[in-house]
Parts: sequence; C-alpha cells; structure tokens
Amino acid sequence: MILRLVERTAVLLVSLAVASVLVFGFMAVLPGDPARVALGVNASDEAVAQLRQQFGLDRSLATQYVDWLGGLLQGDFGTSYVSKVAIGPQIADRFQVTLWLVVTAMIVALVLAAPAGTVMAARHRRISGLALSALSQLGVAVPAFLAGILLIMVFAVKLGWLPANGWTPPAEDPGMFLKQLVLPALSLGLVQGAVLTRYVRSAVLDVLREDYLRTARAKGLRPFPALWRHGLRNAAVPVVTVLGLQLATLLIGAVVVERVFVIPGLGSLLLDGVSNRDLLLVQDVVMVLVVAVLVVNFLVDLLYVALDPRLRVSR
Amino acid sequence: MSDVLSVQGLSVTVRDKTLVQDVDLTVGPGERVGLIGESGSGKSLTALSVIGLLPEDVHAAGSVRLAGVSHELIGADERRMSRVRGLQLAMVFQEPMTALNPTMRVGDQVAEAMLIHRTVPGRRSARLAATELLDRVGLAGAMKTYPHQLSGGQRQRIVVALALANDPALLICDEPTTALDVTVQAMILDLIMQGVAARESALLFITHDLAVVATICQRVLVMYGGRVVEAGPVGEVFTRPRHRYTQGLLAASDLESADARLPTIPGNVPAAGQFPSGCVFRTRCAHATELCAEVPPWEGTPAHGFACHHPAPAMEPTHA
Ligand SMILES: Nc1ncnc2c1ncn2[C@@H]1O[C@H](COP(=O)(O)OP(=O)(O)OP(=O)(O)O)[C@@H](O)[C@H]1O
Ligand SMILES: [Mg+2]
Repeated sequence: MILRLVERTAVLLVSLAVASVLVFGFMAVLPGDPARVALGVNASDEAVAQLRQQFGLDRSLATQYVDWLGGLLQGDFGTSYVSKVAIGPQIADRFQVTLWLVVTAMIVALVLAAPAGTVMAARHRRISGLALSALSQLGVAVPAFLAGILLIMVFAVKLGWLPANGWTPPAEDPGMFLKQLVLPALSLGLVQGAVLTRYVRSAVLDVLREDYLRTARAKGLRPFPALWRHGLRNAAVPVVTVLGLQLATLLIGAVVVERVFVIPGLGSLLLDGVSNRDLLLVQDVVMVLVVAVLVVNFLVDLLYVALDPRLRVSR
Repeated sequence: MSDVLSVQGLSVTVRDKTLVQDVDLTVGPGERVGLIGESGSGKSLTALSVIGLLPEDVHAAGSVRLAGVSHELIGADERRMSRVRGLQLAMVFQEPMTALNPTMRVGDQVAEAMLIHRTVPGRRSARLAATELLDRVGLAGAMKTYPHQLSGGQRQRIVVALALANDPALLICDEPTTALDVTVQAMILDLIMQGVAARESALLFITHDLAVVATICQRVLVMYGGRVVEAGPVGEVFTRPRHRYTQGLLAASDLESADARLPTIPGNVPAAGQFPSGCVFRTRCAHATELCAEVPPWEGTPAHGFACHHPAPAMEPTHA
C-alpha cells in the first residue's frame, strides 16, 4: 500500500519532469525567436535585442529552462513578453472558470452514463437497451462544439430559456452563474456522457457474467440489488480509468467550447495567447493543462486501490 | 414424510434445442442424493432450473416444488424466488476462485446471506453468526480477509459456510470439489457432510466422481443426454446397474480395481440437441436394436428404476 503510493508518486514526479522538458523543448524548437515573434516583423533589431535581454532570452536554453521551472515550482509563471503582465494571476483566474466547466461536465457525463449504461447492459437483448445504445452511438459521433451550437440554437435562440453565452463568477451572481453554466457544461458533458455510457455498459455486462453475481443471486438478492451491492465497485474500476483519460479530452473540448460560449477560461486564454503570439503564456497554459491531466491520473491510480483490495497486496 | 424437493417432467430448452427432457427427481428430508453422468448430460442445467438461475434465453418447463414453499418454482417471479434462494434452498458452485466478490470482505459476504433473509436480528448478530460459521469451517479469523488472500479450498469453505448460513432444507452442490486438489477435496466433502447432517438438510450432489457418490450419497440418479436413465439406492445401482449406460459408466470408472486401463464408453457424448430420438444412448450402445428408436419406458418405481429396452439382467455382475 505504502509502497504503491511511493511508486505512483515517483512515477508522477518523473512524468511531470519529462512533461516540462517536452513543453519547454517544443516551444524552443518552434521556428522564430520569441522576442521577434512577440514584437512582430516590423520591430527594430534594437527593440528585439532589448526585449531579449529584459526577459533573459539571450541566455542558454538550459538556463532559461531551469529558470522557468524554478519559477513554476514557486508559483511564479513569469511575465508576458507581449502585455508585460504577470501570467500567474491570469492563469489562476482562468483556471477556476475552466475547473467549474470541466467538473460540471464530468458530473453531467457520469449522471447520464451510469444509469444509462447500466440499463443498456441489463437490457442488452431488449428494445429499450438497443434504443439507448443507438442513441449513445449518435452522441459519440457529435463533437462538443457542434453540440454547443445546436444547444445554443434550440435553448438560447429558439426557446430563449438560457443565455447563449457569457460568464459570471458564482460569487457575483449565483443565479446567472448557473444559467450561463448550463449550456456549455451540457455540450461538453453530453458528448462525454455518450462515450462514457458505452464503457459503463461493457463494464456492467462483464460484471453481470461474473460468478460472484450468481452467488449473490443464489443468496437471495434480486437482480438489481445484486448488481448494486456486488457489481458497482467492480464495474467502477474500468469506468474510473476511462474517466481519468476523458479528462484530457474534456480539457481539449473545453478550449473549443469556451470559444463558442465566450467563456474566459484557460482555453480562451490559450487561444488568446496564440493569436497574440505570447509564447510564454502559451507555454505556461499548456504546462498547467498537462499537470492537471497527470495529477488526475495519479489520483485515479490511488482510487483503484481504494476500489479493488486485490491491488493492496504489498509486493 | 413428504419430499423436500420434487421435480416432475422438467425440460430445459434453449431456442429450439432441448437440453433436458422429462426429468423426474425427488429428494426426501435429510436425504443425500447424487446426480452423475458424463459432461454435457444436463446435470448443471437441472440444478440451475431448481434454483431458478438458468442463463438468459435458457428456459425450463415442468414442475419444481420445494417443501415449505407454497408456490411452483418454475416460472415463479424474481420476488418470490429470491425469498426461497439462500433460505430454504442453497447452492454451492464448481468454481470457488470466482464465486466470491473480490471487493468485499468474506465476513461481510457470509453475514449478508443472513441479513438478506433477516434470519438474524441485526448487523451485529449477523457478524457474530458469520464469525461462528467461519469458525466451524476452520477459518476462524477470516472475517476481515478478502477472497484474494485465500486459497481455492479456503474460498470453497467460505462458500459452503455461506450456503449453509440459513439452515436450508436443501443444499445443491454442483461439482464443489472438481476445481480443487485431492487433499482439499476430502476436507470440503467432510464439511458439506457435517453441515447437512447438523442441519438435517437434504443434499443434491452433482459430480463425476462415482467414489464420492458411493461415500456420501444414499441414492443416485444417472443422467445422460438430458434424461434420467437410471435411479436407485447407491448400493443397488453401483453393484447391479440395469441401464447399459450406467453399466458403461461404472466400468469406465472402476471403483475397486486399480487397473489404469479402464474400458471407456465407445463414442463421444453428442453435442447439445444432437442426441438420437428414442433412447438417447442408442448410438453408443452395444445392445441397441431397432426397438431403441422408441423412447424406453421407465421400469420400476420412481425412486428405483431405469429406462432401457435391453437392460442388464438383474443379477449380472458389474464387470461383464
Ligand atoms: N446457455 C446454453 N446455451 C446452449 N446450450 C447450453 C447452454 N448451457 C448448457 N448448454 C448445453 O446443455 C448441455 C448440458 O449442460 P450442463 O451444463 O447441464 O451439463 P453437465 O451435465 O453439468 O456437464 P458438466 O459435467 O460438464 O458440468 C451441454 O451440452 C451444454 O453444451
Ligand atoms: Mg455441470
């Protein structure tokens, strides 16, 4: 147990280190000098040289990397070459917004997928199960941004029930916050939910075939209580894996959905960074996203151990 | 006294195939009955029909009655069946490695058996009763372990404890020791015997092992091709088999001699649904004639008889 924790933590730290090198390296090998990119083609050589010196871009790549990473570890994300504003506070701000969006979408996906997938598995030979399967197949094929546009057309434009876009912090106006959250969270969550449903279905189907479920029935549990008491935790293991992996997809989906719904999250920050040629900002945001994915997968690993006692044996 | 289990005219079908046909079988109170036959003869399906846990799309017809249960078990809805399962009727399956939930402590799994049927007043007493049950199968202190921490034999002991938790009137065991090694087999059999004796439970014991039947059962039913071909007291059937199939089966698993070169029954067991009409054994039987194209009638009493057109003479010794 402790051993596993140590091992997993080591894996996390190594992957974080590798990720930081990759992200930094990728930005470094991009053609063009970041200072010139930031200032534009018409900038004078002196201006470029001055910027390079101001931000330490004239130092060796290794020094720059160590400097950047050291800053990150202390929560210092550096200063934008373009706007000359500190990047850390911006990211912190935007991160919260994206977190709301992604977490809500995840909940939508789970709330949709857990019962739907279970019903699909339990009734896989009947019409109701097949109909749900077909529906989820359809959902899998729809990209999040398209779902977003459709939802806007129906619920914002046609019916006028919900705002088409915008964002209000929950502390400012909780009602408005919720209203504005619904459509973007749905467009992300419904699609993920459709994908997740298929995994829940196959996990539950597997569990239904297990001998211990027959034992549970032989004890006198009816089919659904047997599945609930003896199948849930077993079926959760593969589903949790997928949830961890889906987080990456959700973050990518969030970038696009934030654009569609004009939401000031990390995704919009990233896209703004790209269009402003603000390389350090882009580098920082990408790093934050990568860290988020790695940390979540680390937590998923720990969750396995909580779910499945077989993993608790110390080697 | 009336029978604990009474099965009449049981047939089991999957789509258009008939897997079990016209099975009659009774088990008296406290009686230990063996069910033998080659692989694919329909033993498990018969047992699963009784407890109502046939796989999806496999259907049973006929009559299954259990003493103390006022309704027919075949076709009973889940609500009614779930009240019978685990309470009056319990089952131990073949494969102990996968029979227990890997994510639940075994103590809780045993206690649950009693909590489901409220045979104990509450969680605490369920846990106490479970501790005692585990103690009696020689696994004191296993309450808090998970199945993966136990061996196959230990897991099967848990399954036995769990099945006997509510003192069922009938315990069905479907090859409970086949997956275990020989030394462990004897111990499991012992536990089953002691368990049913202490509770005066009846036992329906499915196995390939005729020696086991000879030691633990009073009566035996021989199945082949989804039918019961012979039934009777173990001593009678094993020393003076009448059905030619029983005769072959006994010869092939010689109980006394240590000779390794045993005669086998010629041919193979046909696939499900591929058995001949009339006597199901006639394609492999040296004594078969045209007469065998007709279903042989049951000779004798339901408790002791056979269905064969050309039975072995009543006094013929086992090894002809
Ligand atoms: N779900 C099913 N669909 C189709 N055929 C089945 C199904 N279950 C069992 N059968 C067939 O029914 C026949 C009897 O099966 P059963 O499991 O009762 O045999 P058995 O006597 O228990 O054999 P064994 O000694 O191998 O356990 C076999 O030929 C088997 O292939
Ligand atoms: Mg079987």
